[in-house]
Amino acid sequence: MSQQRVLSPRRVERAGGQPPPTRRRGLLGGVFGKHPIGSAFVTPYLVFLAAIFAYPLGFAVYMSFHDYFFTAPGAIVDRPFVGFDNYAAVLSDPAVRRAFGNVGIFLLINVPLTVGLSLVLAFALNSAIRWRTFFRVSYYVPYVAASVAVVGVWLFLFNADGLVNRVLGPLAPDPSWLVNSKLAMPTIAIYVTWKQLGFFILLYLAALQNVSKDLYEAASMDGAGRLKSFWNVTVPGVRPATTLVVLLATVTGANLFTEPYLLTGGGGPDGASASPVLIMYQRGIEQGNPDVGSAIGVLLVIGVLLLALIERRFVGREGR
Amino acid sequence: MKRKKLTAALLALGLAGTTVACGGSDGGGDADAAATARGEITIWMSNNKEEVAWGKQMVAAWNTAHPDQKVTAQEIPTGKSSEEVIGAAITAGNAPCLIFNTSPASVSQFQKQGGLVALDSFADGKSYVESRTGKSAEQYKSTDGKYYQLPWKANPVMIFYNKLAFAKAGIDTVKPPLSTYDEFLATSRKVVAAKGAKFAIYPAPSNEFFQSWFDFYPLFAAETGGKQLVADGKSQFASEEGKKVAAFWRTLYADKLASQEKYTGDSFVDGTAAMAIVGPWAIATYKGKVEWGAVPVPTSAGKPAAETYTFSDAKNVAMYSACKNRGTAWDVLKFASSKEQDGKLLEGSGQMPLRADVAGTYPEYFAKNPDYKQFADQAARTVEVPNVPNSITIWQNFRDAYSKSVIFGQEDPGAALDGAAQKVDQLAAQS
Repeated sequence: MSQQRVLSPRRVERAGGQPPPTRRRGLLGGVFGKHPIGSAFVTPYLVFLAAIFAYPLGFAVYMSFHDYFFTAPGAIVDRPFVGFDNYAAVLSDPAVRRAFGNVGIFLLINVPLTVGLSLVLAFALNSAIRWRTFFRVSYYVPYVAASVAVVGVWLFLFNADGLVNRVLGPLAPDPSWLVNSKLAMPTIAIYVTWKQLGFFILLYLAALQNVSKDLYEAASMDGAGRLKSFWNVTVPGVRPATTLVVLLATVTGANLFTEPYLLTGGGGPDGASASPVLIMYQRGIEQGNPDVGSAIGVLLVIGVLLLALIERRFVGREGR
Repeated sequence: MKRKKLTAALLALGLAGTTVACGGSDGGGDADAAATARGEITIWMSNNKEEVAWGKQMVAAWNTAHPDQKVTAQEIPTGKSSEEVIGAAITAGNAPCLIFNTSPASVSQFQKQGGLVALDSFADGKSYVESRTGKSAEQYKSTDGKYYQLPWKANPVMIFYNKLAFAKAGIDTVKPPLSTYDEFLATSRKVVAAKGAKFAIYPAPSNEFFQSWFDFYPLFAAETGGKQLVADGKSQFASEEGKKVAAFWRTLYADKLASQEKYTGDSFVDGTAAMAIVGPWAIATYKGKVEWGAVPVPTSAGKPAAETYTFSDAKNVAMYSACKNRGTAWDVLKFASSKEQDGKLLEGSGQMPLRADVAGTYPEYFAKNPDYKQFADQAARTVEVPNVPNSITIWQNFRDAYSKSVIFGQEDPGAALDGAAQKVDQLAAQS
């Protein structure tokens, strides 16, 4: 059987002796490129991105460099350029610095815990265990439940007379969890981990479907136990999902607001659980200083981007 | 490829920036024409059940008499707070003509936003406000000397006590010893020791800027004989009187007579706290659940009730600049705050109209409802939040210092008030 030589399209054209068809690209082609239909499909999302993300981000940057406040349409006010004054005000504000420190503590607890627990639980739920569907639903319910309702349950669990302290008895912390300046943020971090676990388990479950069973069989034949298989097959097999989970947990964690607002009564005790977004809300919306709020927001975006780059470099290095 | 992406991102940001730069302040409307214009208007009111019922009958009465100037009423849209929703509506230019739930603390901010109409712009505006409210109206004047709010109704804050809890502890339920700080603390210890309630009193310990209106501020007003938090551009709370009030509350928290934890629900109704510090609006919620009595807030030396001031917890009516038919809005405002409509509000909600002499204006009501008489008397001695620039920032700074020192005991309360006073003085000095 003779083997046919496979030529690249360009070489086929040359081989056929025909010159490539030259088509004059009109104005439409100039704007939409080689694939106008594809561009047409993408355009609505680009418009959405521009309107919902790029415009507000640009506006926030603009506000952060001006003495800006919201006014009624038609109100004539002076909004002078103030350079880095808003940034200087924000960086010299102890409450803001503390909030960034708090969210750092939050991420240090929340991100590793989210990755570890969701991977282990997804692995367990992917195995043939009894009540598998029940467990899957159970882990997912907190994620879809309304935050306000779930916060109510945690207040009941973690207040001084709550279930957790009753179980702990004399070991219960004093002051209790949510009013203890050392424990408030870790408690919030654990709460958020628990609440979002279902979503991340789902991501890992999807990733686990792509890990070939052959690899487990090969590992088993090489004498690997369940733990070694998990470490040497599962963990590397779901590395792209881990990168995604780490990035998503970091981004959502850095935007922490509802929990300090509701669970610890406005970032208490004494600002120990205040997050940058909570301070942003207080300064920008409640106190009518959106310029200062925007400066906090821009710093937060820069911080999250840097963190995400570092995480991608370390966690995602083998996934590229 | 990377360069292309960067160029695209810069273009997007540039476009956004250009759009923003073009979208700043634009021309003003014709305010003079609007001041006399008549026609349909919209008003917002609180979602409090009693106030909604009052609002419906008020609007029905107006619409019957003025079919050509129809009023549409709706509850303030849901948000984290009414003030946030109103602020957004001002910015969007779709605020209603009148809001019957405008917090005096937010007036300076709304005014700065260009969102309010000075009531002085109506020929009888100033005289109407001052004749209806009396000398208390002065507290509601803005720094430019104009009225941007009609003082509407007050809920003078007093101490409510649970008669059953007090009886269980063997405390007099008719005239309980709650007049001085020492008496109040002794009574608190007694009621908690006798397990009348887990806590003596349970003001919200959370950090929202307005929470100090229901712990520190009423007692500060009482202790100082009616001083505001800020007066003549200077903070007043770091005085000897302010420090006495802070020390009093610190003792309650330190001795676990008040809780540092947020409570979900009503601690007074649930029996978790033997006392509450609140205004008469709450009476409707206590009906059939708590057998209550009320006394003025305590002072260090035990001032007589007739000399004791408190926080007003007022909600006012403001006219918003998005209003096109301001002539109608002004007439509706006067109609809704007339003697007749104020009487209906009092009848339906138990809240005190901010009138010069509430008790003397509605003698039949107070004869039928003697429990409310003391609130009417107290309404004559109320202190409002100061109408100064940066009002909410000032209150948040105060709350942060109070929370750290008084509630959580992480700093000496006196030193914390001194520190907060410096910041507040700077904020109050800004125009």
